[in-house]
Amino acid sequence: MTLSKKRLALITVALTIIFFIPMLYLPESIIGSRADHMLIFAPKILFLAMTAALVIAFILAFIIKCDFMKWQAYSFNRFKHLLKLLVKRDFIAKYRKSVLGVLWSLLNPILTMLVMTMVFAHVFRFGIEDFPVYFLSGLLIFNFFSESTTAAMGSILSNEGIIRKVYVPKYIFPVARVLSSLVNLAFSFIAFLVVFVFTGQQFQWTMLLIPIPVIYTFLFALGMAMFLSSLAVFFRDLTYLYGVILTLWQFMTPIIYPVEIIPERFRPIYGLNPMYHFVDYFRELVLHGRIPDLWSNIVCIGFALASLCIGTYVFMSKQDRYILYM
Amino acid sequence: MDSPAISVQNVSMRFNLSKDKILGLKEYVIKAVKRELFYEEFWALQDVSFTVSKGEVFGLMGLNGAGKSTLLKIIAGVFRPTEGSVMVDGEISPLLELGAGFDPEFSARDNIYMNGAMYGHPPKYMETKYNEILDFAELWEFEHVALKNFSSGMMGRLGFAVATSVQPSILIVDEILGVGDYKFQAKCEERINNMISQGVTVLLVSHNAATIKEMCSRAVLLERGKVVCLGDVDEVCSVYGDCAG
Repeated sequence: MTLSKKRLALITVALTIIFFIPMLYLPESIIGSRADHMLIFAPKILFLAMTAALVIAFILAFIIKCDFMKWQAYSFNRFKHLLKLLVKRDFIAKYRKSVLGVLWSLLNPILTMLVMTMVFAHVFRFGIEDFPVYFLSGLLIFNFFSESTTAAMGSILSNEGIIRKVYVPKYIFPVARVLSSLVNLAFSFIAFLVVFVFTGQQFQWTMLLIPIPVIYTFLFALGMAMFLSSLAVFFRDLTYLYGVILTLWQFMTPIIYPVEIIPERFRPIYGLNPMYHFVDYFRELVLHGRIPDLWSNIVCIGFALASLCIGTYVFMSKQDRYILYM
Repeated sequence: MDSPAISVQNVSMRFNLSKDKILGLKEYVIKAVKRELFYEEFWALQDVSFTVSKGEVFGLMGLNGAGKSTLLKIIAGVFRPTEGSVMVDGEISPLLELGAGFDPEFSARDNIYMNGAMYGHPPKYMETKYNEILDFAELWEFEHVALKNFSSGMMGRLGFAVATSVQPSILIVDEILGVGDYKFQAKCEERINNMISQGVTVLLVSHNAATIKEMCSRAVLLERGKVVCLGDVDEVCSVYGDCAG
């Protein structure tokens, strides 16, 4: 038995409506004050209900295809070494033949960040304290996202030679790219710490929680990567379009400016940008030494899971047709 | 009875051939609405069924364009058939695409591990086979040389060595094992014969009736994507001789 796309969409919508009503009565500690403006409160609940519905529909779609799941588990087990090798290869290939070699992975972000610090310590500022650190912390997270999704988007197309010749689970390629970017993020983070010390910042104990926003962003990026890489096969213009979209996206995210310059009434719309929440979460931990509240966590998890579910579903349902379009 | 090594059931494969002919605007819109844009249907395989038992050497014959390669790719899991199903019991090593995913920038050593991983073998396993592979390919001198500096013969030898050293239970052999010189070809044949005697299932593809007759017990003949004849090798070969001649 299989679920058609139409039925799956219907189930999602129905579940959203079903979830919406009881969720209105969740305790205020989770969903925030009920006294909030309806325009802020209602979308919050809608978001919650939709995410929950999406996740359940996604799980349904895969549970029904039990054999498919078993096969996926088997093939992942068989090909996890390939994944490891691909990530390793990405890493080594990047700075091959340079004299300093792998050292560049660390040197490159450090130098870039130092240059930016020198420039931005004096220009711009927007009245933000410790502007370089503010700016770089946002950039760190956003760059991870943009680098991983851009690299992953072309991964199916660029591995055409392999896909045409042997059976390999196709999701290996976008996943490998996102993992490579995660490795790069680790190096960039070290570079960030250098700047952090360099500009005389205080270390916060909350910095130990940094893996949390990184995991959120990682899952979100993974979903986007699956989605984009599968779409790019059928619609190659996307490769060029996405660069422009990313530029716009970057400016929609508070990286170079503070959130406060966005008028209060536009904030709910502004909050639809998932990257804003990930960046904000990261900054709360690193710059302010605060642990984000439950709602912030729910929003981040919600966006990450929604992206992962949609991305995986689109990827899996189209993967047999990639080869016919390459 | 044992389950078959390969079982192909009612397999059909449809391709949409893309046409790059530039259409007028009116035609374009009409075709876009009818969803026929750029494509023309082509059935590469139609209702193909056969089974290969374990340990059997099975021949797959047909002229160019009969659908042999498409069928092999379906069996190897590269294509998903439009209709029908294929069941494979065992590890397939396709000798039709040697050295899938060889990266010219990397050394023979790295590529052996990578190629092994593409067939689903962990590095630990490849380590145990590593010496055997380089011995067979006679490439010890070039262990750490980037593949882009290899001759095509060397590349082919390496690909063949990796694909056969990993002890597959099903081997797909495409006709021209144009690997290296006659000396190495003899070595390849010997190795394949060895594997056959060890009970490996072989799917041999050829349009040369003599080769098929010599090695196979049963065969199938494809013509324009359909099964023309299936059964004993002599019978299939005689039908093949008729239609080819």
